[in-house]
Amino acid sequence: MSAQRTAIKVDGSTLLVRIFGYGFIGAFALACFLPFMLVVGTSFTSESSIARHGFNIWPRVFSTFAYKIVFENPDLIIGSYWVTIGITVVGTAVGLFIVAMTGYALQRPDFHYRNRISFFIYFTTLFSGGLVPFYLLVNQYLALKDNYLAVLLPGLLSPFLIIMMKSFVRSIPHAITESAKIDGAGDFTIFLRLILPMTTPALATIGLFIAIGYWNEWYNAMLFLSPDMKYRTLQLFLYGVVTSADFVKNSSAASNVDLRDLPLESMKMATAVVATGPVILLYPLVQRFFIQGITVGAVKG
Amino acid sequence: MNVSTAAAANDPGPAAGTAMPAPKTKRRATLRTLLANRTLLLMCLPAIAFFLIFSYLPMPGLYLAFIQYNYTAGIFKSPFVWWDNFRFLVMTGDLWRLTFNTIAYNVMFILLGNALQITIAIFLNELRSKWFKKVSQSLMFLPYFISFVLIGLIAYNILSYDYGLLNGFLKMIGADPVKTYSNPHLWPFIIVITYLWQSTGYGSIVYFAAVMGLDSEIVEAAEIDGANAIQRIRYIILPWLKPTFIILLLFSLGGVLRGNFGLFYNLVGANNSSLYATTDIIETYVFRSLMTNFNFSMGSAVSLYQSVFGFFVVLSANWLVKRVSPDNSLF
Repeated sequence: MSAQRTAIKVDGSTLLVRIFGYGFIGAFALACFLPFMLVVGTSFTSESSIARHGFNIWPRVFSTFAYKIVFENPDLIIGSYWVTIGITVVGTAVGLFIVAMTGYALQRPDFHYRNRISFFIYFTTLFSGGLVPFYLLVNQYLALKDNYLAVLLPGLLSPFLIIMMKSFVRSIPHAITESAKIDGAGDFTIFLRLILPMTTPALATIGLFIAIGYWNEWYNAMLFLSPDMKYRTLQLFLYGVVTSADFVKNSSAASNVDLRDLPLESMKMATAVVATGPVILLYPLVQRFFIQGITVGAVKG
Repeated sequence: MNVSTAAAANDPGPAAGTAMPAPKTKRRATLRTLLANRTLLLMCLPAIAFFLIFSYLPMPGLYLAFIQYNYTAGIFKSPFVWWDNFRFLVMTGDLWRLTFNTIAYNVMFILLGNALQITIAIFLNELRSKWFKKVSQSLMFLPYFISFVLIGLIAYNILSYDYGLLNGFLKMIGADPVKTYSNPHLWPFIIVITYLWQSTGYGSIVYFAAVMGLDSEIVEAAEIDGANAIQRIRYIILPWLKPTFIILLLFSLGGVLRGNFGLFYNLVGANNSSLYATTDIIETYVFRSLMTNFNFSMGSAVSLYQSVFGFFVVLSANWLVKRVSPDNSLF
């Protein structure tokens, strides 16, 4: 097959498309990647060099001063890491279980209420009460202000993930469920013992979607966790560092560095690197699950 | 109605024996269906509770749109003002600006996004080097994984007046630096480019999968007949992608009134009012009316408008999908 391919002479236009393709894809891929290097590079640049030459991918004057200050008072970063890790682990486990269970039940052709419940869930994507009533509900009526549950609970499920799970389960023949039923297994047992082990690729994809959502969570945290709380989520912590002056004053006091000598700009970048770096290294390993998920979710039958 | 009679018909019990099902047996049949499905129902219960609490319970709260909410008086003692909030939004021009911005940005996102995704998918398919494909796909995917907070910081790295890469470059070639964060005319470009930067790698996967699904025999037959690469793309691959494009287009049209809060909020900044003319969308306006201005009623009025208008947009988009490809319609 491949021998045949090379046997066909590569004509001029194919060559042209290929050259242009390598150029275009290469340039776009670099454009996606280089901004990250800009953050890393700036975090290692001395503040005086930033003041003179601006941000740069390659540090003109190398310095680790920003990291020294960030790590001198690591309490807030470590605490935020733990909050985010905790919320991500618990939220992903619980959310994934509920999504899988619901997706399976709604895909069962013999489930009498499947269409009604599917519509009940789907309708929430068409019409919503909006931010203000949602805020009042969580904040006042559920009284979850300054409670990590206010970040954990709203991120558990989404109609999109349940629909994705349904399309995954659809590929499993219903005969498997039926034969297990004849053998006397209950619906929940069938789901737990038979279906779950057969859908591990789907679970990996959906679990990753949920986990990424929690890991990058700053919105609900900003709405419901007030600054009185010492530890909020990691991305909200980063948001605070990037935008507020309070953090700067705190770290100046904690590290005995004069406020004027504090490397403000490189500190922002160093915090971003510390808060994001470890996880970005994982992405190449997990991205194939995403590709799988998007492909299945897109080819909606 | 229809469903309950179908259930009774499936039922081999007493309903089958009686000629005219009395209300009592009907109720008993419903009860029996309920019992027969109890485990599956219980399995759906957590999800039902979730959407009931977080999606349905807030809906009656849109009543706020018709009152002049006063924090001390509470919801029920605040004065009922009918359509005054909406009238205010129309008269100040806010509603028009928000609608225009939200829709215009989404239309740009959809059109340019799909064009770029298709281009990338087609080029990826033409490339022969396996590792190059793999590495470039991974890199293009990267921006999708990161939080909008980091995206905001990256944009700041490039756009900052004093230190940004853009102004560094402009100074280097002897041009005047631009005050990005106070020049509203630049922001449509900045926001659209950032959106494309973040989402294209992810979005191209659908198209890439579609191109891969094309029967290779067709392409080879065309090659043997002497079609060159450009002809192959123009006459085989592009027409092959057309249905995918139309479906994705119509689906995204349904969400044309919903904005991406994280993107706008982190790029523009929380209170940069000099940029509102070109960057304020429905989501950021509602957020501000809640967290900054404490004008709960105005925020709810905009949300209600968004939901109702958006609902009709989805219905129309679905009507279009149904005409183009009945299998893909939502309902």
